Amino acid sequence: MNHEKDKGEVNGNKDKKKESTRVKDFKVEYLARVEGEGAMYVKITDGVVKDVRLKIYEPPRFFEALLRGRRFSEAPDITARICGICPIAYQMSSIHAMEYAAGIRVEGMIRLLRRLVYCGEWIESHALHVFLLHLPDFLGYASAIDMAKEHKDLVKNGLSVKKLGNDIISIIGGREVHPINVRVGGFYKAPREYELQQLLDRLDRAKDTMVDIIGFLARLEYPDFERDYEFVALKHEDEYPFNEGRIVSNKGLDIEVKEFEEHIIEEQVEYSNALHSRIKERGSYLVGPIARYNLNYDKLHASVKSISREIGLGGYCSNPFKSILVRALEILYAIEEASILIKKYRMPDDPYVDVYPSNAVGYGCTEAPRGILYHRYVIDENGMIKEAKIIPPTSQNQKAIEEDLYHFAQRYVNLPDEELVWKCEQTIRNYDPCISCATHFLKAKIER
Amino acid sequence: MSISKNRRRRRRYKLAVWKFASCDGCQLSMLDLEDELLMLADSIEIAYFLEASKSVVRGPYDISLVEGSITTDKDVDRIRKVRRVSRYLVSIGACATAGGIQALKNFRDNKEFLSIVYAKPEYIDTLDTSKPISEYVRVDFELRGCPVNKHQLLEVISSFLNNKRPNIRSHSVCMECKRLNNVCIMVAEGVPCMGPVTHAGCNAICPSYRRGCYSCFGPSESANVASLVKRYRDMLDEESIVRLFRTFNAYAEPFREVK
Repeated sequence: MNHEKDKGEVNGNKDKKKESTRVKDFKVEYLARVEGEGAMYVKITDGVVKDVRLKIYEPPRFFEALLRGRRFSEAPDITARICGICPIAYQMSSIHAMEYAAGIRVEGMIRLLRRLVYCGEWIESHALHVFLLHLPDFLGYASAIDMAKEHKDLVKNGLSVKKLGNDIISIIGGREVHPINVRVGGFYKAPREYELQQLLDRLDRAKDTMVDIIGFLARLEYPDFERDYEFVALKHEDEYPFNEGRIVSNKGLDIEVKEFEEHIIEEQVEYSNALHSRIKERGSYLVGPIARYNLNYDKLHASVKSISREIGLGGYCSNPFKSILVRALEILYAIEEASILIKKYRMPDDPYVDVYPSNAVGYGCTEAPRGILYHRYVIDENGMIKEAKIIPPTSQNQKAIEEDLYHFAQRYVNLPDEELVWKCEQTIRNYDPCISCATHFLKAKIER
Repeated sequence: MSISKNRRRRRRYKLAVWKFASCDGCQLSMLDLEDELLMLADSIEIAYFLEASKSVVRGPYDISLVEGSITTDKDVDRIRKVRRVSRYLVSIGACATAGGIQALKNFRDNKEFLSIVYAKPEYIDTLDTSKPISEYVRVDFELRGCPVNKHQLLEVISSFLNNKRPNIRSHSVCMECKRLNNVCIMVAEGVPCMGPVTHAGCNAICPSYRRGCYSCFGPSESANVASLVKRYRDMLDEESIVRLFRTFNAYAEPFREVK
């Protein structure tokens, strides 16, 4: 397929013109405002979209291979390096997998701190995407820095929310990127109550900021574009999910984490360094904020639900462009949840429990900002990793992204080229794709 | 840090940020400068920074920050092009300065690595090694860390813009611990710590959180690795000692000798 494309760029267009067919090739070689390196390619012949491709050329780093022969306790620090934007997600999925392998459930204040540090990561990662990466598309700027010239307060407020998320991570984790305090069984050192309580005022202010911003976001213009997705997310009995729950969908999937690979398979395609995932029985699916929101709406705080009703979103969203609204609502949720958790927190006597998995298989799946992140480890009798499997959210979303591109480009095929390319890029950015994660995982191109 | 000094210049300096094999964490550190970002953008032109902006200003660039290691033939060509269009080239982070965690493959068989992750290895274009930027082009400054410290990153940018040497200390983490009045966790609690051979810059966060340093910042200047290994032998078996050195800076000069 790749070769065909390359020829198409050089010769194909001319040949096809002879047959009086109008072929257009749109390429964006280096997609901007995404984390990592990828390209987009759309081919349109006589006004019909013939091919779309999300190509990932981020060089592979072989984490699953280099984890072999490492001790179980090293997995959180090593896998954190898969992604600088969501290291907590990698640490949480790996420690839960190791604890599963050892047959241990960690409760109490350690569990609370894990939820809290995850709130920090959602706030930081979502704020980065909403304000710095996604919003410039809606307001027509190349970057948040350009946007700041006319919308200074908006960008400043966004950055202050982002900083708050980072500060939660730093207090608990030691630093914002690749935190050092997370370990299998808990934390190296538990924070003191006052260290966290000093965030309460800022959390209250950030809540007000987000309520205003959500009102602003709701008034943006959204393309009329809805699809019938299979949404997949964790579902927990009484919480909006971070670390625990069953994996469920709106089309009948309802499984335990350990059954993941029986229902979801990964495939390799020639044009991408990222593996594609699909549900065995049905095909593509969508993970991330919209999926979480649709499947767990009832678990949101009453105040978040009331704002979502006020802006007319309600409990269900199937327009991927509105993911910016859902992310903003999740930021609001995470801010409120962080306040609640901090007020409940009492410094535990022991910051961790002893966990020694041996001769066992461990499964972990947690809700990274971009969706479910699955880890599986086979551990030998000495606690060494024999085999590792990591399935990040962006690889799971790749098929849905390509399908969105196909349908979107078809519906808006008559837009001027420049506008269509921008909108197609935005279609990809809707997913906040993290390419560093998925490589084992953007450029854009349209051909007419 | 006198970023504002540049405002008086007639021409704003052009900054570019390039990514090779990496996790994005080091360039993210720039966006994590929440309080300074807009001020920074006022005083320099962010001319190429794909993670943050669609618009691309043509080179040459006054300063290029390079994140990530070199792992493919294409990237060898790309880094040479980056060098040609950059007045100063600064490599940032453990991947760019030492090859990163992915340099563990330098110690193993690449074919085996490929087939573990990919069912069809023939689709994947990759070199047998992951190497630092300095193996391929001249580098004007290396900023260490996995990830880099964002305040040090700001110091480096503003120093180059003001034609001064960045004030980045190359002594060990031990010095940072002493300054913080931390009790030595290796002496007091017998926890293996890499602080004695590790480059400063993180402000000794691991010992401050009661865990041993695991050397995100790589070797310090004139690190006495052999002596530390000898001390470790009282606490750890040989395999565990090697594993300590085989992480994010495994391919850095004195660390890679530990076998």
